[in-house]
Amino acid sequence: MRAKVEVFLKPGVLDVQGKAIEGALQGLGFSGVTGVRVGKTIAFDLDQQDPAAAEAEVKAMCERLLANTVIEGYRVEIA
Amino acid sequence: MKSAVVVFPGSNCDRDCAVALERSTGSKPAMVWHAETELPAGLDLIVLPGGFSYGDYLRCGAMAAQSPAMRAVADAAERGVAVVGICNGFQVLCEAGLLPGALLRNAALKYVCKSVALDIVNPNTRFTAGFGERREAVMTVGNGEGNYFADDETLDRMEGEGRVVFRYRDNPNGSSRGVAAIVNPAGNVLGVMPHPDRAFEPELGSADGALLFRSVAASI
Repeated sequence: MRAKVEVFLKPGVLDVQGKAIEGALQGLGFSGVTGVRVGKTIAFDLDQQDPAAAEAEVKAMCERLLANTVIEGYRVEIA
Repeated sequence: MKSAVVVFPGSNCDRDCAVALERSTGSKPAMVWHAETELPAGLDLIVLPGGFSYGDYLRCGAMAAQSPAMRAVADAAERGVAVVGICNGFQVLCEAGLLPGALLRNAALKYVCKSVALDIVNPNTRFTAGFGERREAVMTVGNGEGNYFADDETLDRMEGEGRVVFRYRDNPNGSSRGVAAIVNPAGNVLGVMPHPDRAFEPELGSADGALLFRSVAASI
């Protein structure tokens, strides 16, 4: 199975990169842009064939390493 | 005092820490490679140095927090051994769950490298007792992700328990409530964003870092 994990700073945690990009986009004339958030995607293959078990395993990875849940939230996709 | 400095791939203040410890306390630290599963016996102090451990991959300190040496550091901290995480070392302690909160990108997005004045918020810790009646210290910061973040509840609790050790006079990186250094509830694990290892003799602009290391030595 293929796992895709998206990690973003939690709402309320200042995303300074997002703010800088928002300012740059507005500077380029894209005036309707607000709420820019920068995150990362981590994708990998899993031997596990059962989607529910795979999701549980990837969530455990997020809790222990892939995300810092003090400041970040995550979303897991299994395909 | 028996001390050790943990060296991660990408640490760049490990040798500064070794010199600072030796000049401040008179005893030379052991250098411990991150892959070691055991620390030297009978340690009084472990220092996690500044730098860019594991290239700051994933998040600053995230990979180092999972290294074999850090499991040994966590065990030693549990037994009451003093641990000082400086800059990247502070990030490692937060990622390892030995200290609350996290370090974010600086609010102004810039790497900040300069001398900073600090308020000694709690002069009665193992790390600040040597400052005596002084309530201000000067050290140097050098960080891109030194913006300390914790939720209000955590900050209120730490302030109530005297666990905020240093606060910036002029917050250089946007840290919540100007926090520059904190300790764990047991008072033996310190995370400090400014560098005591870059302030151990007057020729460096300040010798206040030496007072921090001597405080630990005196507490043993």
